[in-house]
Amino acid sequence: MTVTKTLNMILSIQVSDAFKRPQRLILARKGEKIMPLLEVQGLKTYFRVKRGLVKAVDNVSFEVERGEAMGLVGESGCGKTTISLSILRILPSNGAIRAGKIMFKGSDLINLTEYEMRTQIRWKGISIVFQGAMNALNPVYRVGDQIVEAIQLHEHDVSKEEADKRVEMLFELVGVDPKRRTNYPHEFSGGMRQRSMIAMALACNPALLIADEPGTALDVIVTAQVLKLLKELRQKLNLSMIMVSHDLSIIAETCQKTAVMYGGKIVEYSNANTIFKEPLHPYTKGLMEAFPGIKAARTRMTSIPGSPPDLLYPPPACRFHPRCQYAMDICRKVEPELTDIGKKHYVSCHLVH
Amino acid sequence: MLWKGEDEMPEKIIRVENLKKWFPVRMGFIQSIISRKQLFVHAVDGISFDVERGEIYGLAGESGSGKTTTGRLILRLAEPTGGRIFYKDQDITKVSERKLKQFRQKIQMVFQDPYESLNPRMTIFDIVAEPLRIRGNIDPQGIEKKVHKTLEDVQLTPPEEFIERLPHELSGGQRQRVGVARALTLEPDFIVADEPVSMLDVSIRAEVLNLMIDLKEKLNVAFLYITHDLALARHTCDKIAVMYLGKIMETGPVEKVIFESLHPYTQALIEAVPMPDPESTRIEVRIKGEIPSPVNPPSGCRFHTRCPAYIGDICRTLEPPLVEIDKDHYVACHLHAEPSRAKDATSTRKGGK
Repeated sequence: MTVTKTLNMILSIQVSDAFKRPQRLILARKGEKIMPLLEVQGLKTYFRVKRGLVKAVDNVSFEVERGEAMGLVGESGCGKTTISLSILRILPSNGAIRAGKIMFKGSDLINLTEYEMRTQIRWKGISIVFQGAMNALNPVYRVGDQIVEAIQLHEHDVSKEEADKRVEMLFELVGVDPKRRTNYPHEFSGGMRQRSMIAMALACNPALLIADEPGTALDVIVTAQVLKLLKELRQKLNLSMIMVSHDLSIIAETCQKTAVMYGGKIVEYSNANTIFKEPLHPYTKGLMEAFPGIKAARTRMTSIPGSPPDLLYPPPACRFHPRCQYAMDICRKVEPELTDIGKKHYVSCHLVH
Repeated sequence: MLWKGEDEMPEKIIRVENLKKWFPVRMGFIQSIISRKQLFVHAVDGISFDVERGEIYGLAGESGSGKTTTGRLILRLAEPTGGRIFYKDQDITKVSERKLKQFRQKIQMVFQDPYESLNPRMTIFDIVAEPLRIRGNIDPQGIEKKVHKTLEDVQLTPPEEFIERLPHELSGGQRQRVGVARALTLEPDFIVADEPVSMLDVSIRAEVLNLMIDLKEKLNVAFLYITHDLALARHTCDKIAVMYLGKIMETGPVEKVIFESLHPYTQALIEAVPMPDPESTRIEVRIKGEIPSPVNPPSGCRFHTRCPAYIGDICRTLEPPLVEIDKDHYVACHLHAEPSRAKDATSTRKGGK
C-alpha cells in the first residue's frame, strides 16, 4: 500500500516537473503591452476549385492569450477548421493564405519557411487534435511507439528510453493506464484512443493546443470525460487552447472567449459570458435557440430558415442577410464591420451599430 | 383516430414483448474448436414497450446500446432471435414475407443520412411516388394528387416548385423532408426515425423535429425517434426509454424521466449533456469508463460495473426487473426495487437539491 502510494507520489512529482513550463518571465517594461500568445490579423485563406475561388476564411482576426481557451463555433463549412489548418500551415495543396498575419510568440508564421515550421512550430509550439482523431492512429503499430516516434521526430536528441518514459507520464496525465501503452489501437476504446491522441499532441510540450471537434464521434458520457480532461490540462499546464466545435454548449463549458463564425467571417467575438448572456448578432441568437438546454422549459424549437451560404458565390454585403429575419436594405448593400461596441464585445451587424 | 373519448384507452400501434436479437460472433476455425460455445453479441436482450397512436416515443442511449437494432427489428429488417412484435394486436413476428408487405405500408422508416438515402438520379416526384407505384392499384392522377398532398404535409410548398428537382438541388433540411414525405405517402401509422437530424446542420435540426411534432398532431402518426441526444429528445418526445447494453433501464413520460430520473445511468446521461451556459457548474462526470462489450455483458445489472450508486452484491448477481414506480414510469434498478426504498431515494434526491 505504502509502496504504491510513494510510487504514485514520485510519479506525480515527475509529471508535474516534466510539464511545468519554465517560467518565462516576460519582464514587461512599464507601459509596454504583453503580447498575446497568438494573434491572427486579417487572415484570408482561399481554396482554388474548378468552379472558382472558395473564400473559406475571409478577413478573420482574433487573439489567444496564454492559458486561455478560445472557442470557434459555427456550422459546417463556415471556415473554422480552415483557420486551424492555416495556423499550422497544413492546408491542402489547392488552398493558400492570401493575406493576413499569424503572430505566434512574436514571429509571423506566414513568413516562416516550411523547415522552420516543422522544426520549431508544429508540435513544439502548436499542436492539434484532429476531428475523429481516434481513427488517426496507425492500426499496425503499438500506441506508445507511435507517440515515441512523434517525440523523436521533433526532438532528435531524445533517446528511445527517455521518450518511452515521457509516454508513460503522458498516459498518466491523460488518464490512461501507462501499462496500456504497448497495446494496439484496436485494443483501446474510442475514449482511450482520443485520450492517447491528446497525449500525443502534448508530447513536445506545446504552448497552444488546437482541438478540432473533440467531441464528435464519441458518446455523451465519454465526450464529457474528454472535455473535463481538456479543462484540467489547460489549468495544470497553463496551456492555451483553441476549441473548434459546432456545439455551442461544448464551447460554453470550456472556453473563456468565443468567436462565432458564419460564411468565413467572424460575426461576433467576445468573452464567453457576454456572448451567452447578451448575444447581439441575429445568427448567434439563432444558434443559441437551436440548442435547447435539457432542463429548459419545453417550447417549440426554433431553427434558422434557409441553409449556410455557398462560399463560391457568397451573398453580397452581410453574408447572413438571406437568412436574417431583421434584414434591412443596408444589409444587402453595405458589408457591416466587426466593431467593438464596448467591453471588447465585437459584433458585425448593422442592427447594432 | 379522429375521436378520442375521455376514458378510452389510446390505441396501441406497436407493442413489443421481450424482444431479443443476438448476432452470432463469427469465429475462425481454430477458435471454434477451442471455445465450444458459440458467442453472441447481445444487441437487444429482452425489451418490452408499447407505442400509442399519435405519440413520439424516444429511444435514447449511447452507441452500442441496441437502439438502432430495435428499430430495425420492429420493421422486420432484421429477424428477432426471440420475443414478439405486435402491430395493432396482430403478431407480426413470424408472418411471411408476402403478408409482411401489407404491414410495411403501415410501418415506415426515415433514415439517418438524407445525403445518402435519396437516389441522386430520381426527381423528388419519383422519390415520393415510388412507394405508391410499388403498392400499385393507383392511377397516375391519383399518384400526382397524393404526391402533392404529401409534399404539402411536409411543408415543401408549393409542391410544383419541388417535384421536378433532383436531391442535390435541395438543402439538407429539405432533403430530410423528402425522406419524411417518402415515408408518409402510404399513410403509415408508425414511422421509425433513426437519428433523423444527426447529419444536419445545427441551425436546421429543429425544422425537421418540429415537422415530426406537427405530423404527429395533424396526421396522428406515431414515431419511434432513435437518438443519442437527450436534449433534443426532451423537446421532441412524449415518452422516452433509456437503453443500456440491450436493456431498457428507465422509461416513462419525458418530463418524468428527465426531471425525476431514478436510474443512476439516466442521471449520469443527463449530467453529461453540456449546458449552453458558461456559468453552469456541471456536476462531476461521475461515471468512469465506457460501455462494456455486448458479447459478454456484465452479470446482474448490466450497469453495475460503472454505477456510482452500487449498493452491493445484489447488483452483481441479480438482474433488476423493470418495475413501475409511478404511473407509466418504469425503472430497472435495485435502488428502486421495493416501493419503500424508492420513496427514500427520491426524497433524499429532492432533499439534496
